[in-house]
Amino acid sequence: MSKEYVDMNTPVIEMRNITKKFGNFVANDGINLTVHKGEIHAILGENGAGKSTLMNQLYGMFKPTSGDILVNGKKIEMNNPRDAINAGIGMVHQHFMLVQPFTVTENIVLGTEPKKGVALDMATARKNVVEISERYGLAIDPDAKIEDISVGMQQRVEILKALYRGADILILDEPTSSLTPQEIVELIAIMRNLTKDGKSIIIITHKLKEIKESADFCTIIRLGKYIDTVDVDKVTENDLASMMVGRNVTFKVDKPEQEPGEVVLDVQDLHCVDYRDVEVVCGLDLQVRRGEIIGIAGIDGNGQTELVEVITGLRKGTAGKVLVNGVDVFNKPPRFGFDQGVSSIPADRQKHGLVLDFAIEDNLILQNFDEDPYSKQHILQRKPIFEHATESISGFDIRPGGSEKRPAGTLSGGNQQKVIIAREVQNDKDLLIAVNPTRGLDVGAIEYVHKYIVEQRNKGKAVLLVSFELDEIMSLSDTIKVIFDGKIVDSIPGKDANENDLGLMMAGGKSNG
Amino acid sequence: MDNKKTVMQIISENRFMHILISVALGFVVGALFLVVMGLSVGDAYGRLLSSVTTLKGVSYVIVYAIPYIMTGLSVAFAFKTGVFNIGAEGQFVMGSMSACVVGILLGDLPKIILIPLCFLVAMAAGALWGIVVGLLKTKRGINEVLSMIMFNWIAFYLSNYIAGIPAIHSDGTAEATKNIADNASTLLPADMIKSLGLCPTANWGILVAIVAMLIVWFIIDKTTLGYKLKAVGANKFAAEYGGINVNGSILTALAISGALAGLGGALQLMGMGSRISVFSSQEGFGFAGIVVALMGCSNPFGVLAAGLFYGALTYGGSKLNLEGVPTQLISVIVGTVVFFIAISVIFERLKYAKKAPKKVKEGKENK
Repeated sequence: MSKEYVDMNTPVIEMRNITKKFGNFVANDGINLTVHKGEIHAILGENGAGKSTLMNQLYGMFKPTSGDILVNGKKIEMNNPRDAINAGIGMVHQHFMLVQPFTVTENIVLGTEPKKGVALDMATARKNVVEISERYGLAIDPDAKIEDISVGMQQRVEILKALYRGADILILDEPTSSLTPQEIVELIAIMRNLTKDGKSIIIITHKLKEIKESADFCTIIRLGKYIDTVDVDKVTENDLASMMVGRNVTFKVDKPEQEPGEVVLDVQDLHCVDYRDVEVVCGLDLQVRRGEIIGIAGIDGNGQTELVEVITGLRKGTAGKVLVNGVDVFNKPPRFGFDQGVSSIPADRQKHGLVLDFAIEDNLILQNFDEDPYSKQHILQRKPIFEHATESISGFDIRPGGSEKRPAGTLSGGNQQKVIIAREVQNDKDLLIAVNPTRGLDVGAIEYVHKYIVEQRNKGKAVLLVSFELDEIMSLSDTIKVIFDGKIVDSIPGKDANENDLGLMMAGGKSNG
Repeated sequence: MDNKKTVMQIISENRFMHILISVALGFVVGALFLVVMGLSVGDAYGRLLSSVTTLKGVSYVIVYAIPYIMTGLSVAFAFKTGVFNIGAEGQFVMGSMSACVVGILLGDLPKIILIPLCFLVAMAAGALWGIVVGLLKTKRGINEVLSMIMFNWIAFYLSNYIAGIPAIHSDGTAEATKNIADNASTLLPADMIKSLGLCPTANWGILVAIVAMLIVWFIIDKTTLGYKLKAVGANKFAAEYGGINVNGSILTALAISGALAGLGGALQLMGMGSRISVFSSQEGFGFAGIVVALMGCSNPFGVLAAGLFYGALTYGGSKLNLEGVPTQLISVIVGTVVFFIAISVIFERLKYAKKAPKKVKEGKENK
């Protein structure tokens, strides 16, 4: 950034030479951060680089081992989030901290409720909330309950909560990780609006595209160390990626041409309803053959989640057939499908993929614990289990090494995903289903996951990829099928696809074919 | 990164520490009550200690502890597999009642057959009580805590009813069943009790309890069954995804848990009670099991220790009125201990939430 800029204004936030140690582990090593009024500043780094640690110090969640924090040029001691809030800093956590059965208004004023005597003054509270939401252009329904509104709306509530407490500096931790593409566009517009109003925003992220689209400056952290602060307009996504991981990153995956083989998965006229009893998969047909990746593109809520759940046996369908290698697994338990050749990387790795409290070695045998050599006569054999884990950890580069006995929940998201991939790939099944396999992962981990998915295809496995990331669908799929309203409405070769056409088809428009 | 492991270690160590501290605080609060009542703390606690440190006292403590260890194991086993077995009370009653019926009606069988038969029938009865609740949960989605509380009362009244059946009911005037046959008793030989100076109800049930503890430990730690049950307890979605039969596992867990409590009922009856009275309120062995499981960190060995501790408090407490101290002091101490253990869990969570967003973040998406 230019020198004049720094001299002209006192920065609203200045973190000087921040070092944070946990025991022997240095999470932050002499990091500097300067944020000016009206600026959107991105903090970029891989999983585990120390971004959240840095921000948690700014928000008073823990104290730096050494270094100073200055707010508006004044050195501030942050002992707890209350101090940060008083200094005008607000934070929106990645996992929202909202009371689900409460209304939007109740959540926003929680802890600072206006009172009439001893009674709550909800009328004033509501008025204040409406006022503030109009002032910043964050439309919300003040009377809706949190549990009834979308994730994007919940995020607005979190932002309003911070603004209501008088925040001038907003920290957004991975703000887009659970948003739909449309909601991301809206969020970026909201951020722009806020900065026009003189607010400053810090976003923690590893999504390069969003940094390019929204941020003014970007500070890169790698392995706890400060790398650089750059003017976003002057660098490319590739530059950012290289700085983040410390080497050149390829976004392209190598995929040799190959003829697909026989059909592994054959879904015929599948119907299924969701929890409201509304039909969400309506007569869907789909085939996946050996040696090909079929990508399912579609806007969330068009039946792709339910489709996968029926194939993997987690949900009962209402009609149809799901043939795996010629055997119908429709409405059979998950184990049956697994035995016929279905393996999968589930959408929610923490809910379905892993038992977080279990050691990594135990997670790696989730489907095989009752098989030789991991157990004999139903007695677990600790040695083979441990050795299998050691091999998987080195073979799939699960970090940190030597973590066989550590609970899976202590790993970073990317490494958790590696544990699942190690397990599913080693199961060596004919069909691999991957649902949003790179959600929440950083560039390095994404590259890794993509490599393994393509490798499965090259080895002659059938791969079904469901993803909301169009880039991912386009770069990996041999054929892209567009799902809309519970049906496959279009099918195009992956190499011919472009984002605009796909977007149109996903919205229910027709392609030229 | 290495510090993560030590943090986890510290937490688990702290858990043990918290329990010791809670126990100590229980006695401190008990002392406060004594002071307020104008009684001597030294006399009361001295009596408590002296009554459980003689050979006779120890034999009493062990005998008292047997049912607590069993219901403690029952609750702890269910805890490990993600089910809160508040129904151990009913399972215990079913066990003692059915062992009693067998011990009376089939009293002519030789000891070597009758005793194992009583154990098996009691375990089956307890398991049945667990399975029915499990079926209601898995087939009908009925919350197991509610149905267990109701099943406790069903067992209670069923036991009272059966005690009144002429073939079972005492021939005398007592509102109780006949005594079980001597062949169904686990009491030590009378001359042995006399010569060693043990308590009159000294029995070898503790050996059964220790074997049960070892089996529970083995199942949980060493077997695929334990793996399955723990997986369901820790994350039933992942377990289902991995192909584990979740409902089957819940039923298995409740059956084993019920069998443990049922066996506890049999041990209590065959060693100590020798008959079942018509009760006007629940005896509370199952509920004590929850306390014991809590104090034992749901660890089988911990449960053994906690069961003995609870037995010592119960027996020692019964001697307190010799010092003019109300025996309810024990309830105060136990209640306080449980309270502080509960608090310590909350305290840990607070600390965890405050100090370790780092860990939480790492566990989730990104740091």
